[in-house]
Amino acid sequence: MTAIASINPGLILILGALPIPLLPQAIRRLYLLALPALGFAAVYQLEPGTLVTMEAFGMTLELLQVDRLSLVWGYIFNIAAFLGFLFAWHDRDAVQQISAMIYAGAAIAAVFAGDLVTLFIYWELTGISSVFLIWASRTDAAYRCGMRYLLIQVSSGVILLSGTVAWYMLTGSIDFTHIGVDSLAGKLILLAFGIKCAFPLLHNWLQDSYPEATVTGTVILSAFTTKLAVYALARGFAGTEVLIYIGAVMAIFPVFYALIENDLRRLLAYALNNQLGFMVVGVGVGTELALNGTAAQAFSHILYKGLLFMTMGAVLFRTGTCKASELGGLFKSMPWTAGFCIIGAASMAFPLFAGFVSKSMIITAVAVEHHSMIWGALLFASVGVFLTCGLKLPYFTFFGQDSGHRVKEAPWNMLAAMGLTAFLCVFIGCYPAVLYDILPYPVDYKPYTSYHVIQQLQIMMFTALAFVILLTFRIFPTDSKSTNLDSDWFYRKAGPWAAKRLLGALGAMGKSIESALTQATTNTITVIKRHHGPEGMMAKTLHLSSMVVWVVAFLAFILLMDFVRGL
Amino acid sequence: MSAIYLFFLSLPFAPMLEPHLPALQVVVPLLAAPVCVLLRDAKLSWLWALIVTWISFAIALVLLGKTLSTGLIIYEMGNWPAPWGIEYRIDAANAVVLVIVTAIAAVTLPYAKASVEREVPRPRIYLFYLMYMLCMTGLLGITTTADAFNLFVFLEISSLSSYVLISLGQSRRALTASYRYLIMGTLGATFYIIGVGMMYMMTGSLNMADLATLLPAVDHTRTVLAAFAFVVVGLGLKVAMFPLHTWLPNAYAFAPSAVTVFLASTATKVAIYALLRLVFTVFGGTALFDTTGINLMLIILGIVGMFAGAFVAIFQNDVKRMLAFSSVSQVGYMVLGMGMATAAGVAGSIVHLFNHAVMKGVAFMAVGAMFYVIGSVKLNDLAGIGKRMPVTTAVFLVSGLSLIGTPLTVGFISKWQLVVAALDAGWWYIAAGILLSSLLAIAYVWRVVEVAYLKAPPEGSTGRTEAPLSMLVPMIVLAAATVWYGIDGNTTLDIATHAANALMQSVAGGRP
Repeated sequence: MTAIASINPGLILILGALPIPLLPQAIRRLYLLALPALGFAAVYQLEPGTLVTMEAFGMTLELLQVDRLSLVWGYIFNIAAFLGFLFAWHDRDAVQQISAMIYAGAAIAAVFAGDLVTLFIYWELTGISSVFLIWASRTDAAYRCGMRYLLIQVSSGVILLSGTVAWYMLTGSIDFTHIGVDSLAGKLILLAFGIKCAFPLLHNWLQDSYPEATVTGTVILSAFTTKLAVYALARGFAGTEVLIYIGAVMAIFPVFYALIENDLRRLLAYALNNQLGFMVVGVGVGTELALNGTAAQAFSHILYKGLLFMTMGAVLFRTGTCKASELGGLFKSMPWTAGFCIIGAASMAFPLFAGFVSKSMIITAVAVEHHSMIWGALLFASVGVFLTCGLKLPYFTFFGQDSGHRVKEAPWNMLAAMGLTAFLCVFIGCYPAVLYDILPYPVDYKPYTSYHVIQQLQIMMFTALAFVILLTFRIFPTDSKSTNLDSDWFYRKAGPWAAKRLLGALGAMGKSIESALTQATTNTITVIKRHHGPEGMMAKTLHLSSMVVWVVAFLAFILLMDFVRGL
Repeated sequence: MSAIYLFFLSLPFAPMLEPHLPALQVVVPLLAAPVCVLLRDAKLSWLWALIVTWISFAIALVLLGKTLSTGLIIYEMGNWPAPWGIEYRIDAANAVVLVIVTAIAAVTLPYAKASVEREVPRPRIYLFYLMYMLCMTGLLGITTTADAFNLFVFLEISSLSSYVLISLGQSRRALTASYRYLIMGTLGATFYIIGVGMMYMMTGSLNMADLATLLPAVDHTRTVLAAFAFVVVGLGLKVAMFPLHTWLPNAYAFAPSAVTVFLASTATKVAIYALLRLVFTVFGGTALFDTTGINLMLIILGIVGMFAGAFVAIFQNDVKRMLAFSSVSQVGYMVLGMGMATAAGVAGSIVHLFNHAVMKGVAFMAVGAMFYVIGSVKLNDLAGIGKRMPVTTAVFLVSGLSLIGTPLTVGFISKWQLVVAALDAGWWYIAAGILLSSLLAIAYVWRVVEVAYLKAPPEGSTGRTEAPLSMLVPMIVLAAATVWYGIDGNTTLDIATHAANALMQSVAGGRP
């Protein structure tokens, strides 16, 4: 075995990030691309079954553990890092470059961590390094958002650590294998994973932070954190039934938000959340087919969601906005970007594109296990996400009403990154065997049966029909431009108004829960500040006599307590 | 450690000195201190203090090696047998504390030279070193003695000299801070001696081992109950146990930087040791610890202190004062471990004793260096300090990470041990408390990091100006120790477990 076969490939990126600021710009750009390429090569030569351990703290740390499950994530994370850095070729910000590199490296390293303590270290590192991508926007909102993000990411790590301790106390081992939710330890670890995986009600950090990051930062962010969590779930909680239901809720409810969302990067964040739901269902089902589907879905999802974030990044980069209401008609100025966006959208579900060959595996796995309600829910979620991401997003950005933006096409590096990603999406869709070959279990699944293809096309076509109807009657939620008041008001306005209210109400409900939580937090902080702030009782320099009174009161209390006890 | 002891034995003068090491540990700095008055010169007295503290450090290391290889050392002062004479007893527990005190003293002195010259008027500098050595004498005396009254005497020596040290601070508020500490410290010492008096009344003995055997027979009496309460409150004051901590923030904030480093790392630690010794060794044989509910009280106060101290620290604008409140919070962890009253919990307290001494020493050194260069440690004035003093700020960051309890730093080791101890005893909510309060530490450390690294330096600030090398090197040494013992947690944890077992030996029924 060569020396490189015994180090964690993530370390190549993490350690490689350190000399970045020392390199001159020209070399640095190539170097940034070379590191993930090298990382990919390092992953490629790893043999499943490799195990490298180290003794520390009286425990055995498994610094490198390779199996077919971790390899899938190892490959795609390196690819995503490469594409992300290509997309960010024009960017000269060393802080972003270092943090993105460490972040990607930590995610890769976490995938190859064989025990919970090593996992915890990289887990925290992903959280801490990625926050700089949000701060790199250098706005006040981004700063505050980054703080919230950091707090949640670090909490996830702390919960993971406490779960690890409890697990160690319970089993005497820190090995990261199947954990299950039967013990308190298992519940804590599931909670930690669930936070990073954006489980329903634990999800807010995702939609909060991704749209605040920089143009390039969002592309990087979208690839790693949540998919790392999916990997961790697949390893620790495969076949845990509750995940099926969590995943189903997760797949459905972000769709409503996405439907009424105006900020297109936030819309993508909701859609990302929805796609994670599919993977969580796959983990919950836990059969070989389902886990294969989860791994395949994670792989293709990183590609097509990355592609969509890239196109929106390119639009934001050129026009300075990402609001649906301020965009439209861009296909004339940015034809290539528009084309790639359509490929990304099609990749979510259309046959011959990446999403089709992976997502249908999960849905089939659900059907095979006779979870018919869940199967229906997933179909509904597919329709919803195709409506928002696949149709609404490209339509309002590149077609629809012309917004008057006359901008240049995206820079060559962005086009190259998008083109490469789009190529991969199509390639995997056409030659699924390439992807199926690296999946954890042997694949005995044919995506291109007439049943699958026709079913999928039906779903897509009817969704498209619905979209057209919604547009024709101008009741699509974000398309809130003026309408002529006429005698046809009742069927053109009242009906849509009700529909809009319903959708709005669902969104408003979520918003009000959010604001109530925010309010509660603010109130708590105010109370703490009143007592502990610089002027508060706890922090003030007390008068000498009151200090003494405290001491005497304390002594009296203890004496009294002793007296009562001694009776 | 035992290798150091063997090396010492191979030295030519060893046979003569070896039996008297426990006495020399205290006597050397005690006799050396007044020499400063004869020297008068700032440089010479610094050099003299440096030599003396390093000799003390060597003695402490040899003593630790000896106890770890041969067990308990008993030394009878003037060959008067106990319980009539004064006895020094050194086991793993106090040998550790001796090493902490002398090591911090030895590392702080090189640092102190530049810092003291900046902050203390030159004619008074020799007094500073005089008091420094006396304070160390007192702390070492408290640690070595096995006589309850003798402990009081050393407590007063260390306290009186620390009042003087604090009052040497630049700001006029140092005087009032010192005065307030004087009142509170005296109160604490008085309570302690009242407690000792009551014990003497009931048993006729002042020797700790003797008391431990005599007290169980009379532990149902009100007098012993009251003695116990007085001792705990008296020493609790010196520990700065919440809510008896009110003297601490100002005393640390206004003292000269070097004094803050030394006192923060040693004085409260020695007081914790004394409290552990009294509660577990002297009263350990009685049923008082359980029947009075003091264990529950210590746990509650420990947790409240952990949170209250950290909350206040979050809102502070003076970094020195912020760190002082952080000390209140960290003392909470030690009190908590003590309240658990299991060997694992007490081991957690002791290992945190060492770890906190190291990391808080680093933190205050870094802040002292910032004060040396820019003359203020208000958060607003520290904008961009990460660019102006990169090394110092990096060192501060290491200590900050350790205060949070990040893995690979010592803070992680102690919190881990405490969490394990809590879970062992089935108190998972205490474990949750420990982890939650770590989150608060993130907040206050972050405030400094944010200002230091993310804000631009003020207009007209002069590029890079680091503190002198004599300040940087001790800082880096301690920071390295923070990381070293964070990675190699076994050495310190083993010693702490030894120490906890030594302390808990006489506890009734031999707790698990």
